[in-house]
Amino acid sequence: MKIDKNTINKIARLSRIKLDDKESEDYINDLNSILDWVEQLNEVNTANVEPLSNISSSILPKREDVSKDANSSEEILENAPDKLEGFFAVPKVVE
Amino acid sequence: MNNLIKGEKHDWEMVIGLEIHAQVKSNSKLFSSSSTKFGSSPNSQVSLVDAAMPGMLPVINKYCVEQAVKTGVGLKAKINNYSVFDRKNYFYADLPQGYQISQYKYPIVGEGKVTIDFKDGTSKDIRIVRLHLEQDAGKSLHDQNPSKTYVDLNRSGVALMEIVSEPDIRTPEEAGMYISKIRSILMYLDTCDGNMQEGSLRADVNISVRKPGDEYGTRCEIKNLNSIKFIKQAINYEAKRQIEILESGGSIEQNTMLFNTSTGKTRPMRNKEEAHDYRYFPDPDLLPLEISEEEIGKIKLTIPDLPDELKNKFIETYRLSNYDASVLTAEKQTSDYFNETIDSDLELKNHAKIVVNWITSELFSLLNKNNLDLNNSPVSPKNLAQLIKLISTNEISGKIAKDVLEDMFSSGKTARQIVDEKGLQQVTDQDEIEKVIDEVIAENPKMVEQYFAGKDKLLGFFVGQAMKLTKGKANPKMLNDILKLKLIKKN
Repeated sequence: MKIDKNTINKIARLSRIKLDDKESEDYINDLNSILDWVEQLNEVNTANVEPLSNISSSILPKREDVSKDANSSEEILENAPDKLEGFFAVPKVVE
Repeated sequence: MNNLIKGEKHDWEMVIGLEIHAQVKSNSKLFSSSSTKFGSSPNSQVSLVDAAMPGMLPVINKYCVEQAVKTGVGLKAKINNYSVFDRKNYFYADLPQGYQISQYKYPIVGEGKVTIDFKDGTSKDIRIVRLHLEQDAGKSLHDQNPSKTYVDLNRSGVALMEIVSEPDIRTPEEAGMYISKIRSILMYLDTCDGNMQEGSLRADVNISVRKPGDEYGTRCEIKNLNSIKFIKQAINYEAKRQIEILESGGSIEQNTMLFNTSTGKTRPMRNKEEAHDYRYFPDPDLLPLEISEEEIGKIKLTIPDLPDELKNKFIETYRLSNYDASVLTAEKQTSDYFNETIDSDLELKNHAKIVVNWITSELFSLLNKNNLDLNNSPVSPKNLAQLIKLISTNEISGKIAKDVLEDMFSSGKTARQIVDEKGLQQVTDQDEIEKVIDEVIAENPKMVEQYFAGKDKLLGFFVGQAMKLTKGKANPKMLNDILKLKLIKKN
């Protein structure tokens, strides 16, 4: 698989990251060399191997269903550039 | 049953599948300890995990996992001992993580089925593809300010069960029955509160149309419908839209649609170029979720009677009709109320049909009129049982019982109290009834003449007059019998 200009633009748009031409070139080169390196794995036959989700052998830790009163709005909104009456205010998202 | 819709050129068949999002009824969120309470002030129930602050890690809520398994059992589905949480990546203002934690390739629950019952006594199975656990997103308010969107993250991270059906549904009515049945099962299991108004249960509808027998057509998905009425409306509109396009020679573009509840129309939400590319991958913050057969067994022990089983039980124990039993079991609160009523007096078990009628017609219509439901009924099951007992022992007539119920409803008194206070006991004294009838006959000589001349219908007139004199308290059967006897004698 080769990353080209179109792919890089698509990934950038999905991530809402703006790239100028120079940056796009750099990312194309970086991602291609990463992919080339990873492609070596294709030499291994994995036809009958289940995909691996995690390499840890420990068991998923679980918590009890207890709610903690957070009363969080002040703390949560502290870093927000814009807010109104307890809400985050962001540029209009038009569907 | 004819499920086809007439087009200009030929008949069309709808093919419908539903993705139902059911909020797990839990105290805290799926991966954080924030409260799930509805209607709190904005952003007051948001932990650092929910706000996706750097370095925060998710820890799964054991109870939510158990609720998902319980629901899976209720849907007669396969429970998977091994499932995996994935990241579904997309960018949106009310999704601080930039991804939703969901399950993709390995969901917690696999294939199941749900049966829907039609009025004509037939039924149909709708197959379930899967149920998986995922996080809810926050809430965006778009209409408060012309240039801003306001975001509340209280809902962010709340546990949802997404229940996906096969495209086995063929009509808007079936879609409505299917979601009602799912809602009913969830409420019996107590794994979701089923409150569609508050968004605890909502659905995405996938719909396409085809000529009967053809392959499936291209489908569109209508997002986020939160009432059965809207689901039916949206399906009807969307099917018509697709048929019009196809009949005029066009083709359907696969699209995500929004339904406008005030116009009743659907419109595309995002065009194809913007189509989402979710780039699912296993969430490295979470280990796979493993559930042993032993744990599943323990959860199975907590499963109560579900609507289908309860319905059969009612039919068998109380010899109720299939229809009566379905009405009783459609909502858990109804079957609970019925059980409590019939259990409060041994004798009522022989009068189950009367109990059903009093709950589903008389009590329901009073509740409806007053905008109440069974959970906050002013008449308790025990008090209703007392009223029905008074009817079944002939102490009051059914007609008077209706007034008594209304009185119970508004005053909160028991049936006994009301009957005693107002002296409503049925008149079953032979002499007293005879006396009244004699009076009626004496007062209406012309009518009596006409009756003997062949106007049989006048019997009703005499009954009415006699009832009036006893203020409706005469035992109707005795009144009728004595009246007929007297009129024959007179002849």
